[in-house]
Parts: sequence; C-alpha cells; structure tokens
Amino acid sequence: MEFFTKATNFPFMSTRKLWYGLSVVLILVAIGSFFVRGLNLAVDFTGGVQVQAGFSNAVNIDALRSGLERAGFREEQVQYLGSSREAAIRLPTQANQSSEAIRARVEGVLHAIDPRAEVTSLDVVGSQVGAELKSGAVVALAATLFLIFGYIALIFHTWRLSLGAILAVLHDPILVLGAFSLWHTSFDLPVVSAMLAVIGYSLNDTVVVFDRIRERFEGSRRLEPVAVLDQSINQTLSRTIMTKVVTLIVVVALYLLGGQALKGFSEALIIGILAGTYSSIYISSAIALDCGLKAEHLLPTAIKKPVDDLP
Amino acid sequence: MLDFPRWKYALVALVTLLALIFALPNFFGTDPALQVARKNRAPMDDFARQAVERSLTAHTAAFHGDYLDDGKLIVRFASVADQLKARDVVNEFLAVDYISALTTASRAPEALRHIGLRPMPLGLDLRGGLYLLYQVDVNGAVAQLLESYDQGFRRTLSSANLPFNDIATYTSSKSTIPNALRVSLPAGADVTAVREALRRGNSDLTFSIGSDATGPTIDMELSQTQVRARQDYALQKNITTLRNRVNELGVSEPIVAQQGIDRINVQLPGVQNSAEVKDILGKVATLEFRLEDSQNSAAEAQQRNRAPLGSKLYQMEGRPVLLKRELIATGDQLTNATSTNGNEGPEVNVTLNGQGGDSMLRNTRLNVGRRMAVVYIEKSRETRVIDGQKSSRDVTTEKIISLATIKAVLSNQFRITGLSSVEARELALLMRSGSLSAPIFAVEERTIGPSLGAENIRKGVQALLIGMLAVFAFMALYYRRFGWVANLVLVANVVLLTALLSFFRATLSLPGIAGIILTVGIAVDANVLIYERIREELRNGVTPQAAIRAGFDKAWSAIRDSNVTALIAGVVLWVVGRGAIRGFAVVLTLGIATSMFTSLLGSRALITIMYGGRRKVTRLSIG
Repeated sequence: MEFFTKATNFPFMSTRKLWYGLSVVLILVAIGSFFVRGLNLAVDFTGGVQVQAGFSNAVNIDALRSGLERAGFREEQVQYLGSSREAAIRLPTQANQSSEAIRARVEGVLHAIDPRAEVTSLDVVGSQVGAELKSGAVVALAATLFLIFGYIALIFHTWRLSLGAILAVLHDPILVLGAFSLWHTSFDLPVVSAMLAVIGYSLNDTVVVFDRIRERFEGSRRLEPVAVLDQSINQTLSRTIMTKVVTLIVVVALYLLGGQALKGFSEALIIGILAGTYSSIYISSAIALDCGLKAEHLLPTAIKKPVDDLP
Repeated sequence: MLDFPRWKYALVALVTLLALIFALPNFFGTDPALQVARKNRAPMDDFARQAVERSLTAHTAAFHGDYLDDGKLIVRFASVADQLKARDVVNEFLAVDYISALTTASRAPEALRHIGLRPMPLGLDLRGGLYLLYQVDVNGAVAQLLESYDQGFRRTLSSANLPFNDIATYTSSKSTIPNALRVSLPAGADVTAVREALRRGNSDLTFSIGSDATGPTIDMELSQTQVRARQDYALQKNITTLRNRVNELGVSEPIVAQQGIDRINVQLPGVQNSAEVKDILGKVATLEFRLEDSQNSAAEAQQRNRAPLGSKLYQMEGRPVLLKRELIATGDQLTNATSTNGNEGPEVNVTLNGQGGDSMLRNTRLNVGRRMAVVYIEKSRETRVIDGQKSSRDVTTEKIISLATIKAVLSNQFRITGLSSVEARELALLMRSGSLSAPIFAVEERTIGPSLGAENIRKGVQALLIGMLAVFAFMALYYRRFGWVANLVLVANVVLLTALLSFFRATLSLPGIAGIILTVGIAVDANVLIYERIREELRNGVTPQAAIRAGFDKAWSAIRDSNVTALIAGVVLWVVGRGAIRGFAVVLTLGIATSMFTSLLGSRALITIMYGGRRKVTRLSIG
C-alpha cells in the first residue's frame, strides 16, 4: 500500500502568509482563553485534597455535592471519573486537619449515599509543594527550549533554522495550554511531562526537514531557497505523516484504554502531536526563509573553496 | 551487492539474547507472598527459616515454597487466602521475634533469581500504597545549632569572669536565614581576651571584632559550608530515623529517599492506614547520658519495686540497672555519632557540643571506673479505638542502649568500645536518631488503594498491547515484508527497554507504561524514515539492493539529528522531574536510545538476511 505514490509538490512557501495567519489566530485564541478562562490546575499545582471514590452503583453527583456541603466542606468540585460509578472530589486545602480526619469525613458522606462506597485514592498536597512544581515546570520548559535552540544552531550552523524550529515548537505547547484552558480539562503533572515530550518529539519532524534542506543544498548550492524548502518538505511529507499516524495510533489507544489517570496526559499528546505536525510542515522552514536562509548559512565551511572546481 | 559486517550481526544477536534474559523475569507474574524479618533486624538464617516453616506447618497454613532474600524470608502462597492465614499465624505465634509484611513474589524460576535477575518493581500507582513527602525544618536545625553556641558562649564568658551585655542571633548579609551570633560587650571591655576565650574549644568558628552604638562586639558567623553541613546533617539524620522506623512497620520494599535539599520521600507499598504509620514515623526521640548508681543494689530495688532516692530503675537485656537521675548530657547536645572500626575493634565515635562536652568533663573527672549509660527515650502518640471512640495519648518509652565503663576523663569527643560491628552500627544509628532533631512534617500525602493500582496496571498493559497490535497491522499493510521487519524490531525494542529497566531496577509506574507506549510510536519513526527513503530511491530508478543501502545510509543523519531533540527533552525531564514524571522521562530517554539501536542495526541485519548477499533481487516487498 502507498498513499504517496507520486512525489507531491505543494507550494508551502508561497502560501506561507496564510499559514502564519492561521497560527497567529490559533495562538491568540489559546492565549486569550488562557487569560480569560485560566487553567483548571490540579491539586498537584494548587495544593489541596483530591479524593477518588468508587461506588457499587451509579452515583448522583448532586447528591454527593450536597452531602459534602452538609458535612461542612466548601468549594468542593465533584465530577464523574470515567464511569458513573466513580467520582473525583476536589477540595481546597483543609487547614489544621489531618488526612485521616478528612478521609473519615469524606467516607461518612460516601457511606450515607452508598454503604459499599470506598475511597480508592486520597491525595493531600501542601500548597507550597504545588507552587514549587509550577516553577519547576517553567524551568524545565525553558531549559528544553534553550538546549534545543543551541543544538540546532550547532548542527546546522545557522540560528535561522534554530529560530524557525523554536518558534514552530513554541506554538505546540501554547496550543495544548489553550485547549486545556478552553475545555477546562484538569491540568496535572503528567500533562506537563506530555507537553515536554511533545516539544522534543514534534521537533523531530522539523529536524528531518532541515536535514533534507541541507542535503539539497549540498547537492547544488545555486538552487533557489524557496524551491529547496518546498522540495524538502514535499519529499519528507510522506514520512512526516506516516510517523505521526503511527504515533497517533498508540496515543489514541492510550487515551481510550489507558484509564482515567492517563486521560489528560494522552489528550495533551494528541493535541501536541497534531499541532507539532502542522508547525513543522508549515511554520518552521517558512520562518527560516523569512530570516533570509541561504545555502551558505548551512554550508559555511565550503564557502572558502572555489565554487566551481571544473577545469 | 548488499552486506552487513559479521561483527554487527554478532552484536545484534548478543544484545537480543541478553535483553531476552534480563526481560524474562517480568513475564512470569507474581504470587501472593509474606515477607518475614527478625524484629531485632538481624538477618534471617536457615534456623529462623525452619522455625517459621515449622510454625506454618503446625498451624496448617499452606505455602508453596520460601527463600531467603537479603536477610528476609519470603514465603510464597497459591492464593491470597493462604497468604492472609499465614500472616495471622506469624502474628499470633511468632510475633515476639518476627515481623511480617504482605508482599508479592515473582513466579520466575529460582535459577533466574539466583543469578540476580528480577522483575521491575512496581510503583505505588500500580500496586497501591502510601506516599508521604516530609518537609524537614533544616533552618530550624541551624537555629538550634546557634542556640547551643549561644548557651556555650554565655557559660564560657561567665566562668572566665568576662562581662558581656548580651548575645543575640542575627542574619548576616550573605545569608537568608539567621546564621550568626553577636556578643555585645560593655564599653572598654577586653575584646581580645573575650575572643580568645570564645575561640578556645571552638577552633572551627571564626570571630570578628566590631562595634555598635553601645560598645564593642564580637561576631561569629557560620560559613555557608557550615550552614549547609548543618542542614544536611539534619536531613540525613531524619532519613536514618525514618528508615529505622519504617523497618519497624514491617512493610515490604519501602523507599525512604532524599528529595531536593530539605525533603524526604517515603513510599510504603501496600499500606493503607496512614494514621498508624504517621504515629510511628512521627515519634520524637531523645537521648540522656547518665551515670550508673553503683552505691545501691539494682536487684534489691527491683525486688522492692522502688528505686532509691535520686535514682531510677531500668531494665537492660532482662537485668535491672539503676541510673542516677542527674543528667550528664542530652541528645540535643550530641552533634554526631558514627560507627567505625578502631584499634580495639568496632566503636562508636561520639561528638558533643561545647556545653555537653563541659558537663561530660566535669562528671567523668570524678567517676573514672564507673559506668555511664545512654538512655534512648521515645515519645509517640498512640491512638486507640475504645468502644468506637478514638482516644490518643502520649506514650514514652525509655531504653538503655549502651552501658559502658568510663576508662578516662571524657570531654566533647569520646568513643564507646567493646561492641560488635552490628551493635556499633545500631548504637550510632540510635544515638543519631535521638540527637538534635529538626522537626519534620508531611507536606504531601497520597494513598492509592490496591484495587485502583491493579486497575491502572491492567489498563496500561491493555493500552500497550492494543496500540502495538494496531501499529503492527498498519505497518504490515503499508510496508508488507518490510513492515513485518519493523514490527519484529518494535517487539525487540520493547524487550530491550524492559531489560534495561529491569537491569537498572527502575520502578515501573503508570507514566512509565505511558512512556513505553509512546516509545513504540517513536521507535517506528526511524523505520519509516528508512523505508520512505528506500521507496524514494526505488522511484528514482535505483536497483533494489542499492536502494536499501542508500536508504539506511541517507536516513542515518536524519535519524540521529531528530532523535537528539527528543532525547534533550527526555533528559531535562529526567533531571528536573521527580517521582512518576522522572519514571516517564527515564523510560522515554532509554526508549529513544534503544530504538535507534534496534532500527539501525537490528532491522538492517534482518533486511540484509532477506535481501543481502550476491543473490539477484528484482523486487522489494515494501508495499
């Protein structure tokens, strides 16, 4: 089987203003949502109490909520977890209360609704731990981007490609953040690691395209950059799409079958992989082109040699 | 012609074989098991093993095999019911000497275990348990140190008849926490004499002379190294104490590890009742150094069940001992206790602070030849349920951990000798546990029920299998025989990754399983790059064998450069992340590395076997 029997010839570079526009719109929506709606940060970051409970029958969320209110809990968030027989309860930090006391109170509420209900997991996170994690995540993100910028500049001898790669790749976690903020999906620690994995992984495509650009320029340095970039993207297109399809297959399997604990993680991966594929095809090379990318940037050492060594 | 160097074939074969062997233990599953250990922490031996076996057999608790592992006895059972019955037997009839914990044992054959092959341990999210993150008040430990210097200085200056106005703690400009002491002297005081007096016995401290509005001052500032050493001591001390107490809990495979500069992370698989655990972990211990009361008879006191005035009756190894009530030194004056092998065999080196040292000197000067005891005192909060009502009370237990003859006048550094090496280690450990303590408190606590753990692992493995099958089908359809090569290589990659994780004893957690799944997706990438390149070459009219060679060669730089970016992200996560996130990063990083090996060498070996040599290849089955 082969989907790409003929070499494709899409004019990616001449249409780049359109793709820039699309990216800008998506990013503005993501950032807008981030500032207007915020993120639904999990207890990992905010501190507080997270309870998972299993019931013998379908449970009524409203009954659970009012039960918690009667037991004196405030600002509780209750939602189904995977099925109607499981629920997640989120509570703000309970000052001066031991986890056993919290557990006993919550169990009291659960047993009033369903005597066979049980607490399957209970997390109590201090607020200072959460604050540190937030800064840790930002540091990790910045360090990753910085190292990747340096790495690409090093292997391709030009900051133009680095900048293209970084701008394209920044785009992916921003869109993931935007999606999590729009849908108000719980944003926990595994989501952050998924975002970092996405950065590393979506750059993969970008680097493969860059590698092809270098190869084309090595073949002939007189080619027009626009043509080289278009050809390179087209020639690697089948690989880019095939790889992403295969990765999406496993990540979707993880999303559908991996259980509640990995939902947010796999969701972030799906969004990130889609965004990453888009950005490495449409954005990264285009930015390098607009930064004035030419053959000699990629092949700096060859410049001193005679251009033509025919007699 | 297409060929592949013989040594590379050999390398691929060797790595595959090793990977299979190391990954093997993971595929046998586990039996319910009971871990039995001696209460006094001496390793279990064949004698103890037989005692447990006899007891289990006598009380008709069925088990199917046991083995000694790292000083502990692991007894295996066919069912959870047998396991619980055996635990009850041990708790009822062997509780005096032994402590038991529910656990699981790998079903892998003995032979594998004997050569050190084990399955990956499972994280708490996969087996259920209690996770605690303790914050150690390391700054409090520094404050305590300053406090003890403060007292020491006051005593020194008073006994030397050197007047001073005040001694106060302050924060020097280089520090964010209080780290210095200022001795304020009356105007016209002999500053040099004061400094010399303070310096005596405190040669490791630096004193600088200054002045403020009221008169001359002498400042003592702890260096950054000293502050850090103090904080680290407090942390290490708490880690030792927690380890010690976790052992008391009888939990199988507990983890107590430092996290960052002031946190301790405790993982207790299988534990659900956090109240009991925190009571035991949260005990406060202290030490007292006291003289033996040799004027009165301990046996007589025991008979009358009353100690003479000024003394207190203790039991040590079943014999009564009378100790003077008067204290020589206490745990908060102990700055260090380490066990070493000295000239006279194993010994414990004890260091006291200035105050403790002075008192030790005063007391031992007149008492050489008498015995001195170290009493270990533990305060804990015990919660009991009586008639459905919870009541808690503070419990204090006191125990003599050392009773030794004073051979010479002692000061702030001395040795306790005449111990076996186990005793020396144990004594040093207990003394450190009871020394100056930095308070700890739990800042994070997570309990995962065993059913949730089992569900997590079942779903994770299911997602992995289904995901892999879908990829297999897709690759086989799209790339035909080459697709099957990729699939075989993919399986090899998962096996190799499992082998590496088992070899490094990495704990497998849910994010770790997610990492394996993501790696499957990523590992395909290298093969796709190569195959697409081969197809491209074929389209350009190159012969099949040349296309294969060009495909591998030209795809190499792209594979290398593109995987490095994913590796960078993986390594950053590895370094910055913690707990489960680190587990994901480890798997991702190792997975990328193994996938480069399997797809470049492994798949090339297979493809060369299929299409290589001098044979004539007219067509490739590449879809």
